[in-house]
Amino acid sequence: MAALGPENGPAPTTETPAAGTLQPQAAAVAGSGVVATMNTGVVGGTFWRRFSLRRPLAALIVQRLGLSVGLLFAVSLMIFGGVEALPGDFATTYLGQSATPQAVENIRKDLGLDRPVTERYFSWLGGALQGDFGTSWASRNSVSEQIGKRLGNSLFLAFFAAIISIPLAIGLGMLAVQFRNRLPDKIINVVSLAAISLPEFFVGYILIVLFAVKFGVATFPSTVYDSMGFLERLSAIALPVATLVLVVLAHMMRMTRAAILNVMSSAYVETAELKGLGAFRIIARHAAPNAVAPVINVVALNLAYLVVGVVVVEVVFVYPGMGQYMVDAVTVRDMPVVQACGLIFAAFYIFLNMAADILAILANPRLRHPR
Amino acid sequence: MSDYKNFLTSQVTLGKMNRREFMGRAAAFGIAATTAGTLFSTSAMAQEPKRGGHLKLGLEGGSATDSNDPAKFLSQVMFCIGRCWGDMLVESEPLTGAPVPALAESWEPSADAATWTFKIRKGVKFHDGKDLTIDDVVKTLQRHTDEKSESGALGVMKSIKEIKADGDNLVLVLTEGNADLPLLLTDYHLVIQPGGGYDNPGAGIGTGPYKLSSFEPGVRATLEKNADDWRTDRGFVDSIEIINMNDATARIAALSSGQVHYINRVDPKTVNLLKKAPNVEILSTSGRGHYVFIMHCNTAPFDNNDLRLALKYAMDRETMVDKILGGYGKVGNDFPINSTYALFPEGIEQRAYDPDKAAFHYKKSGHSGSVLLRTSDVAFPGAVDAAVLYQESAKKAGIEIEVKREPGDGYWSNVWNVQPFSTSYWGGRPTQDQMYSTAYLSTADWNDTRFLRPDFDKILLEARSELDENKRKDMYRTMATMVRDEGGLILPMFNDFVNACGKNVKGYVHDIGNDMSNGYVATRVWLDA
Repeated sequence: MAALGPENGPAPTTETPAAGTLQPQAAAVAGSGVVATMNTGVVGGTFWRRFSLRRPLAALIVQRLGLSVGLLFAVSLMIFGGVEALPGDFATTYLGQSATPQAVENIRKDLGLDRPVTERYFSWLGGALQGDFGTSWASRNSVSEQIGKRLGNSLFLAFFAAIISIPLAIGLGMLAVQFRNRLPDKIINVVSLAAISLPEFFVGYILIVLFAVKFGVATFPSTVYDSMGFLERLSAIALPVATLVLVVLAHMMRMTRAAILNVMSSAYVETAELKGLGAFRIIARHAAPNAVAPVINVVALNLAYLVVGVVVVEVVFVYPGMGQYMVDAVTVRDMPVVQACGLIFAAFYIFLNMAADILAILANPRLRHPR
Repeated sequence: MSDYKNFLTSQVTLGKMNRREFMGRAAAFGIAATTAGTLFSTSAMAQEPKRGGHLKLGLEGGSATDSNDPAKFLSQVMFCIGRCWGDMLVESEPLTGAPVPALAESWEPSADAATWTFKIRKGVKFHDGKDLTIDDVVKTLQRHTDEKSESGALGVMKSIKEIKADGDNLVLVLTEGNADLPLLLTDYHLVIQPGGGYDNPGAGIGTGPYKLSSFEPGVRATLEKNADDWRTDRGFVDSIEIINMNDATARIAALSSGQVHYINRVDPKTVNLLKKAPNVEILSTSGRGHYVFIMHCNTAPFDNNDLRLALKYAMDRETMVDKILGGYGKVGNDFPINSTYALFPEGIEQRAYDPDKAAFHYKKSGHSGSVLLRTSDVAFPGAVDAAVLYQESAKKAGIEIEVKREPGDGYWSNVWNVQPFSTSYWGGRPTQDQMYSTAYLSTADWNDTRFLRPDFDKILLEARSELDENKRKDMYRTMATMVRDEGGLILPMFNDFVNACGKNVKGYVHDIGNDMSNGYVATRVWLDA
């Protein structure tokens, strides 16, 4: 993303620095974590250089994949350390106020919490590398099986929120540019600003009060379960999807608008105007390809948010997604579940960032050969 | 026969008969225990129950980490689900808290109340079709007490030395006499399971009125009527759906829009708004739970009884009940017992807010500077607000309290029972003996006021095996006075259980035993179409 610096410049938002913070981390890990790639670089040094010159995109993907492995490893270490550092262990927090010393002792022994920290981490890592994430300490159910369901629910919700919000946001952004500083632009701006200013739970409550309590047209609570049909599920998620769309819409819309406007004020667009091209043609042919990189970035961030950051919406709508699952697990220090959730979330962030970079490069050939 | 039943009922409801007399006479007349179970609640069930329908509950307190193993029931949701699919040996009567038969048909103590014999009910079937045997009962109790037990009932079961079968009867031998033993077996962890639940503790196979048909921890559970239920006076709806709703506003929205029939944990701050909803009824049950401010009697500066008394007099109890409980509760008197307990010692003077007395004792204690109170909203709902209110009322007596807000996460392991002055809550216990043994006996794990008094311990143990009720009541009076005047407990309020249901839900039984009609809500109510 460092290569996208110039493109990112004109559109400072609160979220872009957040994406930026991921990068130094990646770089730091790259130093130690991807030694393997570097070493192979020594063996076939010229090969790697030629490869990265000839196929910059493929080289980037290979590099990023290597980095992400190291990053995931670091994430697992940090989660483990973080949970260890929290006050109280699983046995005491799970039993809470009803803990008796003997029951606590028995649980510790049963789960092997009396073993040293390093030994516990490596035995978990050993299992995880073989694809075995273990069983939840609390419910004694298989972690992969439970996460499968929850992740499915989260993705289901995120997918529908995304396919509504992304086209809508970009469309509205273009519309706002088209009618820049005129009434439609102002209306779009005011409404989207209002939506982004309200916290998501408040938007959720308002929708519930209006559509579930007052008019009684929407399904609430949004709990989904195995035996539910597809249409039933769709009707169950209508309100949370609407909430999420309202929350992410403004951010993406304003980014689109700002990026296009920035490009529109550049010299080559002025030239195009002087040539006598129509407004729409200028936007589509000249402005959009140059404006697409920041837009893709903000879309990727919002997609990541839709998957990993919607715990408040899940709670308000009683929707069984990943966020609530992880919060429950952290509360009682259920390490296998926390680790698995954390890794999945990290993987999503990494993957979406990578996808955003690749798409940006594809859209703008100038980025293919960074110096 | 039925006349006699009516007589018993009236005596019980008038409070003229205590539980031992009732059990003795009912057993003497051979009243089927199934009938006995309903006797006490007859007054609450004046209407003829309707059968059928699908009951939906929106409950707070579940989590993805919930386990369906009764030994690990911790949350409100599991408490309620367990009561639906399983039975204990003994149940407690809703209005008086007396023990009434469930899977144990009757029981008999030895003269010193240290050996108890329980007659186990015949003809009861588990959901998998197997008959309930004495072996299942013995093994269940063993699983909750053996050396590998991780059970939440371990503390309750500590006094049981030996569990054995005598023919078809269960025999429990205790370390010392305990006149209240049957009530210990009402603990919601002690669900009788086939083979004691050793093989598959989370299978959800029990003898209860409903069979568990699906269970997703932290999300939802569904149950179907058990056609072979051994009791006919419960389980009126055909099926139950329990939805986990941890957001207070979501519960209220779901109830007022008619999506669920019943919700728990109505916030006292919003209960008056919910009351205005046309189809909603507020269910407030006075109980034994209480919110407390606890001082360690053996830690400076709280090792000075004058400082403790000063802090007790500086508490404005009426305001607490009003502001923190929204009026849904009763003032406390600095001992953990209220009139819902059997053998409640009447006539102990109610302690009131008295800044002058507080200032007097504060001066006498010689303490200077501020007193540090640690609190968190997990201690009880509104605990931080309560601490600040307390700070204000103490200031008028010239006592400076510094309120420190601790993180909710880890509060029970790092602050409660560790730090010398903090806020907390207690759910009630079935008996006075159990309440005092849990938290005021010198050797108790949860002696969170560090009340270390050999003289108190001695009376407590004597009272436990005392079968003469008048003597016992006097002992409880002495104990209450000791805790009230010399202990480290400031008990401003007993909280009511505040739940709510739709107007079409009938037959709700207000049970002093615990929240949500002692967890039995789904098995006791019916739907009026």
